[in-house]
Amino acid sequence: MSLWEYANPVKFLRLSERVLPWLWGLSAVCLVVGLVWGFFFTPDDFRQGSTVKIIYLHVPSALMAINAWFMMLVASLIWIVRRHHVSALAARAAAPVGVVMTLIALFTGAIWGQPMWGTWWAWDPRLTSFLILFLFYLGYIALWEAIEDPDTAADLTSILCLVGTVFAVLSRYAVNFWNQGLHQGASLSLDKEENVADVFYQPLLLCIAGFVLLFFALVLYRTGTEIRVRRTRALIAREGKLA
Amino acid sequence: MELTVTDLAVGRGGVPVLAGVSFALAAGEVLVLRGPNGAGKTTLLRCIAGLQEPMAGQIAGAEDRIAYAAHADGLKSALTVAENLAFWAAVFGQSGIDQAMTAFDLHDLQDRRAGQLSAGQKRRLGLARLVVTDRPVWVLDEPTVSLDAASVALFADAVRAHLAAGGAALIATHIDLGLDAGVLDVAPFRARVDAVRSSDEAFL
Amino acid sequence: MRALLLRDLRLALRAGGGFGLGLAFFLIVIVLVPFSVGPAAELLGRIAPGVLWLGALLACLLSLDRLLAVDWEDGALDLLATSPLPLEGVLAIKAVAHWITTGLPLVVAAPVFGVLLNLASPGYGVLVLSLLLGTPALSMIGAFGAALTVGIKRGGLLLSLLVLPLYVPILIFGAEAARRGAEGLDPTTPLLMLAGITGVVLALMPFAAGAVLRVNLR
Repeated sequence: MSLWEYANPVKFLRLSERVLPWLWGLSAVCLVVGLVWGFFFTPDDFRQGSTVKIIYLHVPSALMAINAWFMMLVASLIWIVRRHHVSALAARAAAPVGVVMTLIALFTGAIWGQPMWGTWWAWDPRLTSFLILFLFYLGYIALWEAIEDPDTAADLTSILCLVGTVFAVLSRYAVNFWNQGLHQGASLSLDKEENVADVFYQPLLLCIAGFVLLFFALVLYRTGTEIRVRRTRALIAREGKLA
Repeated sequence: MELTVTDLAVGRGGVPVLAGVSFALAAGEVLVLRGPNGAGKTTLLRCIAGLQEPMAGQIAGAEDRIAYAAHADGLKSALTVAENLAFWAAVFGQSGIDQAMTAFDLHDLQDRRAGQLSAGQKRRLGLARLVVTDRPVWVLDEPTVSLDAASVALFADAVRAHLAAGGAALIATHIDLGLDAGVLDVAPFRARVDAVRSSDEAFL
Repeated sequence: MRALLLRDLRLALRAGGGFGLGLAFFLIVIVLVPFSVGPAAELLGRIAPGVLWLGALLACLLSLDRLLAVDWEDGALDLLATSPLPLEGVLAIKAVAHWITTGLPLVVAAPVFGVLLNLASPGYGVLVLSLLLGTPALSMIGAFGAALTVGIKRGGLLLSLLVLPLYVPILIFGAEAARRGAEGLDPTTPLLMLAGITGVVLALMPFAAGAVLRVNLR
């Protein structure tokens, strides 16, 4: 039994229908517990006060904004190499979710930045990179919407995603070079000592888990919708020819 | 030298149009494609010309040997007749355009800009392009649109000369060119629903 | 290949506006800047390198949607695709022709427009050099964008939306080099980065552009 079996749309739908309720439920539990814990049962930061608590939305959404693009990249590669329709549709389904994650990260960042840096927006490398990522998402989605033939659209957007990835990474370095910023260092990392303190850490992990599950649920759900749209199209094409 | 098409299936926008098309075209032969509008003649020709992938089947002997002409002639209205032809000759690694100018009676027009030509004259210039490519297999989609009777005769002569020189031609047309041509009606090859896996098929 | 280049250049010369239009647009952008930020010479001088780069970039963008659209509409692209020329080569040549008709005049005119914006005197050489290094990549990326959107009616706006984010690194390094030049700092690092990006773009982008054009032609 191979993973590629789920490249078959029908099998994929059947699986996702079984998995989805669990994903929705688990992500809701993680998010509710994580956010309530984070907002009401952690101490205020000694420097940042209670504003630090926006971290429970900001960090997970920022992570998912990047990971959504990464998922689109992998899905695009699978489409280019193996031409599984589900893969292309999953990439298409992930893009709007990625946009929303990027927007949440940008807005919560602005809300956090106002009391901390005294400004809603600064042309800091991280902020700027996210704005550029947002533009890449917009272009990607606009290209999908502009092309009628689904296979052509899948091919073109896949290549755009590949090229876009290279340029997004390039932009990240260029932006770093252009302005050393205000943004604090990474809140989480595996190899550094200076992670955020444990009291903040545990609810944060829960929130991240919740966002990851939410992302998968949304993408599965949207992919299912895309598959049904294509299925309808195929059925209409068949009926039309029979008539 | 032969163009062989075996069990070819072609589609438009992922929907199969024709399936199971097979024929062979030898040097010195003409094959005329017939069929009602929308039957898939254009799609078949584009596929043989290499502009789109077949959905199934094989095409042998087409690689780098086809001169393709369709509804649009690819002429530049700002360039003169001679410049247009010389450009295509250079693209195909040829130099002489004289023969083509004579064949389609273009000498009088040679310094006119293509934009000032009538529709029929443009068509003649577009067809003259075939001669300068020096490719053995002509794949033509409705070549006689907007040509008058005299020009059609010129065109038929050009095809004859091409065949006599060892070339071949595959032509989708509705009029009788007076050529000794085989005829292939594409209507019987209309793709049935389940004949070919279309890209949407996976979703059923 | 040479024939294609010569044809495109000849067309740009004859069929109105190829050479002149981008340049005129560049000039207008530069003229509008003092109207929008005020005529203070010191301020203009400070923003001159960035404004000149931005103007050049927008002028490049302006003519991109015609890069392939004309050949697409009159069928020439189909015929070129069935010709012995590789599609990647066709696109590279088209980008070169676009650069010669749009990018090169901008490079040449930039110092003159720099005077209008009170660009500091050490900045001129670096400005020209940075544009010379950067504009070919703008044309090549533009060819990729044009190949992506060639089948779409009124794809011009979409083309801008797709291409402009790709221009970000080039703009950053180009404008940074020009700024450092104008301030008398060492512009070597951004210039090298710019040259590197342009080199990679020129080497690889024709293949990406060829791939998407092939998809659009079928």
